[in-house]
This record gives sequence, structure tokens and C-alpha cells, in this order.
Amino acid sequence: PPSTRCCAPSSAGPAMNCRAEVLEVSVEGRQVEEAVLAVLHTILLHRSTGKFHYKKEGTYSIGTVGTQDVDCDFIDFAYVRVSSEELDRALRKAVGEFKDALRGSGSDGMGQISLEFYQKKKSRWPFSDECIPWELWTIKVNVVNLANEQERQICREKVGEKLCEKIINIVEVMNRHEYLPKMPTQSEVDNVFDTSLKDVQPYLYKISYQITDSLGTSVTTTMRRLIKDTLAL
Amino acid sequence: AMDTDLSSQDRKDLDKFIKFFALKTVQVIVQARLGEKICTRSSSSPTGSDWFNLAIKDIPEVTHEAKKALAGQLPAVGRSMCVEISLKTSEGDSMELEIWCLEMNEKCDKEIKVSYTVYNRLSLLLKSLLAITRVTPAYRLSRKQGHEYVILYRIYFGEVQLSGLGEGFQTVRVGTVGTPVGTITLSCAYRINLAFMSTRQFERTPPIMGIIIDHFVDRPYPSSSPMHPCNYRAGEDNGAVYPSVEDSQEVCTTSFSTSPPSQCVFTVTKAHFQTPPPVVTDTLKVPVMGLAFSHQLSSSRLSYQPAALGVGSADMGYPVLFAGGLNAAHPHQLIGPGKEGGVPPVPSQPAHGTQADQERMCTPLDGVHYSAATPSSSEDTETVSNSSEGKCGSPHDLLETIFNRKVGAFVNKPINQVTMANLDIPFAMFAPKNVELEDNDPMVNPPESPETESPLQGSLHSEGSSGSSTGNTHDDFVMIDFKPAFSKDDILPMDLGTFYREFQNPPQLSSLSIDIGAQSMAEDLDSLPEKLAVHEKNVKEFDAFVETLQ
Repeated sequence: PPSTRCCAPSSAGPAMNCRAEVLEVSVEGRQVEEAVLAVLHTILLHRSTGKFHYKKEGTYSIGTVGTQDVDCDFIDFAYVRVSSEELDRALRKAVGEFKDALRGSGSDGMGQISLEFYQKKKSRWPFSDECIPWELWTIKVNVVNLANEQERQICREKVGEKLCEKIINIVEVMNRHEYLPKMPTQSEVDNVFDTSLKDVQPYLYKISYQITDSLGTSVTTTMRRLIKDTLAL
Repeated sequence: AMDTDLSSQDRKDLDKFIKFFALKTVQVIVQARLGEKICTRSSSSPTGSDWFNLAIKDIPEVTHEAKKALAGQLPAVGRSMCVEISLKTSEGDSMELEIWCLEMNEKCDKEIKVSYTVYNRLSLLLKSLLAITRVTPAYRLSRKQGHEYVILYRIYFGEVQLSGLGEGFQTVRVGTVGTPVGTITLSCAYRINLAFMSTRQFERTPPIMGIIIDHFVDRPYPSSSPMHPCNYRAGEDNGAVYPSVEDSQEVCTTSFSTSPPSQCVFTVTKAHFQTPPPVVTDTLKVPVMGLAFSHQLSSSRLSYQPAALGVGSADMGYPVLFAGGLNAAHPHQLIGPGKEGGVPPVPSQPAHGTQADQERMCTPLDGVHYSAATPSSSEDTETVSNSSEGKCGSPHDLLETIFNRKVGAFVNKPINQVTMANLDIPFAMFAPKNVELEDNDPMVNPPESPETESPLQGSLHSEGSSGSSTGNTHDDFVMIDFKPAFSKDDILPMDLGTFYREFQNPPQLSSLSIDIGAQSMAEDLDSLPEKLAVHEKNVKEFDAFVETLQ
């Protein structure tokens, strides 16, 4: 995969606001994937559009986004995601890595995974393009260990209720109608949207995570960007 | 001077958007209570019939009921569209579970662009509705319906009636969209007191078949519209006949225009459609005036219970279960399509300009969570310093550390005691010992720092005072007056915004500097002989361990 080196300092630039939201969940080990996917998919549902098709005279049409229900196996919970297998695969891959890292040795079960939406700003050679984040979601995950089946059953329900609250929180943020990147011209569309998927078009995003090990220091693992569109120096 | 009144074309567009938004809202809610998983496909080419760029199927009966309730009107102040979801047991007990309200209030946003911003925000609101309909308690109930109880829906228009929800009902807001004629609000009030459900002992009864004629004797609203079941059964095709919704021929074309940043051009073009859009979405053949449409549903198994099962006479003004959503007052009524003469009206496309998206910018502190403690500040240090990985430094971490410090550090200390070394921000060692506000402070005007690659650092650094706007080359980002919420701090003579700007360009990490690195290295070397002695003592243990690995 291409390098994610995409940021360069610029000597001058307008203030860019990146709003940041933090969500916290406490889950059992086997619930990590579903809980995180539920949150990520809900965010991306709101941050994806149909595919743009540019026509002459600067007009464009937008494709249609389908949706589908997903039932969780280990949580009493269901959520809606965008109907895009590519997107689902990309998220599952990222979340799978996060889950494995959480389970790895030295981890006391705490970590966080971040979904960042950014815009690209082209810079002149020799500088590489800048990635300017405009929205950052961080999901803090705390893995708990349960002793018996009864506790697990309660956990299923409790985590389900908690996730309902998270979905409501996410929708609240989305409803604020705060900064969104301007709708781009055809030449700019790859600086704003991820156009590599064939059926939907999310805003450019990247996922990264970090795990807190038992000593309290962090082992930072940066996930390579899943969709290739960066320029390397 | 710009005409602040809505142009007639904009007004027409807006009314159409609101109307179809109301219809789609009802579809989403009812489909979410069918008891089955919904699945629609994305399509990269617009079909022209997907309003708000979302694939939401239209159950004809539901659209019909919604239109009946609306009776040609649109939600307005005091006239809300409500979808009531209730539960009915096999013994006949019923209970209101939720009321979804689509309301309009008087707060107008005259500046907003109808064909662009309003349309996109309505789309976003529908997505939020999709998400929220799965998190209220009635969702899980509806997924389990069929044997002991069923879920019914009822649409009415007018004043919202919440008294049937019992005490202590909760409200969740789905969202709002401002328009030039008012603000659209979508919310849900739901019952939390489900006591009677839990105390009843349900027996496993076979699924309810056939007609159950029901009189809600205690119904407080005699003029209420009929209730309808949220799930349907497969039936023959001499059943309830609903037209291919005539307005679904009024397609929405999604064609938008971009324009170079320097211009703001709105174009509205008319589309010409040769082929009728797909409309009916179930597996029934629905005969409409002699034409038969048969369509495959790709996913959920929606189907109809035929109405030809002896529904009662017109004096039964109350709900009929499992009657395929018949209009109770006029059973078997064949309603023809196209009241407007069958010619699909030519739709106008929403036209979009690139300027329209530039709404108000938020400050970085809106919505930032001042979390009480991060696991450790060194975690943040690691993150920001890990720029050699090429990761865009997470501005969130930077923000978090600053705010953590604010809570503790500024409370009691006057400014000149706050040293950078005390602060849990990265590169604290290298910062000036006293926080200064002059321009020669290296934090404010940092030297070239090629190593850190935080985009936030690069993009936030401004040459002049805040609030100055830059040239047209940076049209994507607009300078704003940096007025973070709750930023005034009486203890410090500077506001949070200034502080943030000052400390956003931290110098190099101290542990990377040679002096300090060398220091600790010297210490390490000193302690080595001791460590070696200990290891030598335990050499047998180590050998044994190595054996086990082989």
C-alpha cells in the first residue's frame, strides 16, 4: 500500500477547524468488532454520498445510496449501514486489526480507534500534499472480562443500550450542520471524496488506532490508509 | 440588492422537497417497524426516482395513507405530520409505543439555498432517521412481532397527541433543517413504561390469520384515521389495489452544478424522461387500470394481505387488522393512477452551486470533549511525535492535552508560574520557561520545523491576526474569528484561542535532543555492571529457560 506520508507544513494558511468527538464504550472482547463497526458505519452513513457523475457545463449528478440493516450476534443491537461491500470490507479490515492489537500481549484491554475525515490540499513540488482534517471521531474502547454466563447476558443488553445512546449522540452531531467541505469541481473531487469505491462515495477518511499497554504507555500503531490516493514525496 | 423573498421556482422546489420528504419519512418509519431487515442497493447511476439520493422503497399503501392524511397540505406551524406506532396483542390489548413527529416551526433561514443545501440536509436527515428508527425500544419489539402481538401504524396530520404514551415518555430528536419558510423538525416521543408487557404471560399462539375486526371502544379520537398493520401477508392479486403512486412519476432528478469558486451560478434545467421510473415495490401484480406491473423486491419480504375478505361496512370506522391496509370506509375502492391526467409532470432538478455549501464554520472547540483524563499524556506525546510514520498528527490529541492542562494547571497558578515543563503537552521541555505573549515568542512564530508533519500545525498557523481572510487561493477554508466557546478565563490574561495558537507549533521533542539523551545514556551505562552481576548469578535459570524454548 502506498505511503501515508501526505502532510507538509505550510507557511501560511487560513485557520482550519477540525471538530473532534469522543465516544467511549466498555465491551466484552467478542463485542469489540461489532460495537466499533456499528459506530463507524453510522458515521459513514452520514458522511457518504452517491457517486458523482460530472457532465458538461460543470453540472453533476449524484448516484443513489442504498442502506441495509445489520444485526449484531454478540450484542442486542442492530444498526443501518450503507450498502457497499467494498466499504464494509475496508472497515472490517481496520476494525479486525484493532481488535487483534487490543487482544495482543501487553494490552490491558484499553485502546482507541479514530476515524478522521480530511481534505487534500495540493502543494507545489517538492512538498507533498497536505491532509487537512475537518472532523475526527475517536472511539475509546475498554475491554472487560466477565465471569459467567449471566453476566454476559446482562452485558449483551447493556452494551446494546449504550450503543443506542452512541447512535443518538452521533446523529446529534451530524444534525449540527457544521462545516462540510465545499462540493468540489471535477478536478477537485479526489481532494474531498474517496472516489475509488464503485457504488458510494464517502468523504476522504482514514482510520488509525492506538493501544494502551499495561504500563500505561501507548503503543502507537498507525494504520496505513486503506484507499490509495496519497502522493508520496 | 438580493431579493430576500423566495423566488417562485425556489418556493415550488421547496414545497416539493418537503412533500416528498414527508412521504419518505413515513416510508422509513413504517418499514422500520415491519419486523424484517431492510436492504436496498446502492446504484452509482442515478435512476431519477430516488429522492434525496437514497434508495428508499415506496410501499404504495403507505404512501397512499400518508397522502390521505396530508390531504394536499404540507407540514406547517401547528400542523404536524405524525406517525403513531402501536402494539396490539393477540388478546386485544393495545398500547401506543411511539409518535414520530414531522413539524415545522417559524424560525426561518432566509439565506439558505433551497435547491442545494436544503435538499442535501433533508437527505442527511433521512439518513439520521434510518439510524434512529433502529435504536428506540419499539424496533426490537417490532422484530419479534407476529405471534403474540403485532405492530400497527397510523398517520395523522394536525396537532401532536402524546397522551397515549403513558407517563415519563422520552423524546429523541432526529434532526432539523432550516428553510426559508420555517425549520423542519423531526423527532420521536416513545413510551418507556412497558410494564404491562412484562407481566403478561404470553402463550404461543399461531400467527393471526384472516380478518380481525377490532373496535377500539375507548378510542379518544373518533375521527382518527385507521390503523394499519406494519407487516403484510402474501396474497392473491385480487386484493387491495393501490395505484402506482402517481407522484412517483414526478421523479426527482439529481443534477447539480458546480462552478468555479469565483462564480456562483445556479442553473435549473428541466429533464426529459423517456422511461417511466420503477414504482411499485412488491411481489404482487397490482393491476392498475388494466396495466399490470410486476416488480421484484430485492430484499425484504413485503407482501400484501388481500382485502377481499369481507371487510365490514362503512359504519365501522375503526381499524381492521390484516386487511392489507384497506381504507375502512371504502373497501375495494379502485383508485386510478394519475389524478393529474396521467401525464408525468416535468420535474425540475435541484441546482447546486459550489458556494452554497459554505455555511458557518465551527470553531474547533465546539463539540470537543474535555475528557477528564487521557490514559496518559505520554500517549499523546507519542502520537504527535510519531510523525515519521507519516501519519497526520492527530489534532484531537493535541487539543486534548491542552485542555487537560487547562483544567489543572490554570486553576490556581498565576500565569508566570505556569512553566511549560509542568505541562503535559509535547515538547514541553523546549518551550520557553514563561508563557509570553509577545510576537518574538518562538511558539507564536516558530522557526522552520521540517520534522513535525502535523497538518493542523501547518494549516492553523496564521501569519497575522486572527480574523484576517486570506486570498482566493485558499477558498476551501475560510478564516473565522477565533471565538471558542467558554474560552474566557479570568485567571489567565489571554483567551483560549490565543493560547491555542501560541502552542500549536511545538518545538522538537526533548528526548530527541542530544544532551538529555546522552545524560540518560550515561546513567544506563553506569548501572550496567550491577545488572550484569545479577544476571550472572541467575545464569542457571536462564539456561534452563532457553532449554525449554528449543
